[in-house]
Amino acid sequence: MNTTNKEAHSDIEELLPWHAAGTLSRSDARRVEEALAGDPELAHRYALVRDEFGETIHLNETLGAPSAHAMENLFAKIDAEPARRPAMSFNLVARAAEFFASFSPRTLAFAGGAAVLAILLQAGIIASVVIKEKSVGGYETASAPSTDPGVGAFTLIRFAPQASGDDITKFLEANKFSVTGGPMAGGLYKVRVSMTALPKADLANLVKKLQGERIVTFIATTE
Amino acid sequence: MQTTSDEVLIARIAGGDRLAMQVLFARHHVRVYRFVLRLVRNEATAEDLISDVFLDIWRQADKFEGRSAVSTWMLSIARFKALSVLRKRPEQELDDETAERIEDQADDPETALAKKDKGAVLRQCLSALSAEHREIVDLVYYHEKSVEEVAGIVGIPEATVKTRMFYARKKLSELLKERGIDRGWP
Repeated sequence: MNTTNKEAHSDIEELLPWHAAGTLSRSDARRVEEALAGDPELAHRYALVRDEFGETIHLNETLGAPSAHAMENLFAKIDAEPARRPAMSFNLVARAAEFFASFSPRTLAFAGGAAVLAILLQAGIIASVVIKEKSVGGYETASAPSTDPGVGAFTLIRFAPQASGDDITKFLEANKFSVTGGPMAGGLYKVRVSMTALPKADLANLVKKLQGERIVTFIATTE
Repeated sequence: MQTTSDEVLIARIAGGDRLAMQVLFARHHVRVYRFVLRLVRNEATAEDLISDVFLDIWRQADKFEGRSAVSTWMLSIARFKALSVLRKRPEQELDDETAERIEDQADDPETALAKKDKGAVLRQCLSALSAEHREIVDLVYYHEKSVEEVAGIVGIPEATVKTRMFYARKKLSELLKERGIDRGWP
């Protein structure tokens, strides 16, 4: 028999990559969470998935970007296109109505949820910036930790899609972290985890510890 | 500050709005470029392709029906164009400089292992996957596409998306094992 027990895999296991990326429906995400909670072997496999997830983002982020010529070429081609017919029947309201009608309720719900999260995240970031700025005003000795946003130890973090702005703010405050950049591609935020540079091993240990946080779906060191 | 949604931009592009086109391009061109680059493995070709992809978007904006996200639609167009190029040049030589970057700026496997940098080896193995497996891994992990969206982009059933991803990951484990890292799975 070609198919051995070792090769057998469950429906849940197949969903792990999408769970790591936060792209499962709520019901599927709940199924996976429940399975992970009761199955240490599955939890181990999920840790492997998270490693792959992080390194795939890392790999893609090192690929660079196209030169400005790409945009120049595009608009040269657009300029060479035949003149577009006047959109006499173009009705934005009608188009918009048609647009939204074509979306499934689930898509709309996700879009709404994402928008709320984005607003809350922005509020959290603004709050952290305000708090940071307030702390800068006082007397500082030369040896005080630097408030320069470029100094310290940094990570890239992607928060769980279901985490609220309040959850994220509490997480940052509890750990004395601050968001210094983002959101970037992949919904990543640059987070300062220490006001001073940390030895590589210490930073790696901290990242490993934070990987266990439910609110964190991806974390990696960065400069 | 509220940003204009991709769907609104597409509606404006359908009406011939160049500024909307610039915004959409600025928002998505890097991701589309990286997706195409991972498939064709040549920076110049990838750069040419993204101009073509966005030109198609300019031309077809009035046909966009909103049944998928705009980014999903773009990746579908990009994939089609990349595969067309690959079909024309199946033996396309991999540009050395690009290959180096795609293969990651990490050390060779032995050196990386010596440094116990499992992440670097993992990235090398991700680059060593077949085009079919690289594509699905990137779509799921980097482009954050759901099962349904991947099925739409690649043009395969949802069940096949799941099994293809599973076997891509299995292959990744095999490549890691060849480089001395046993993940204990599968």
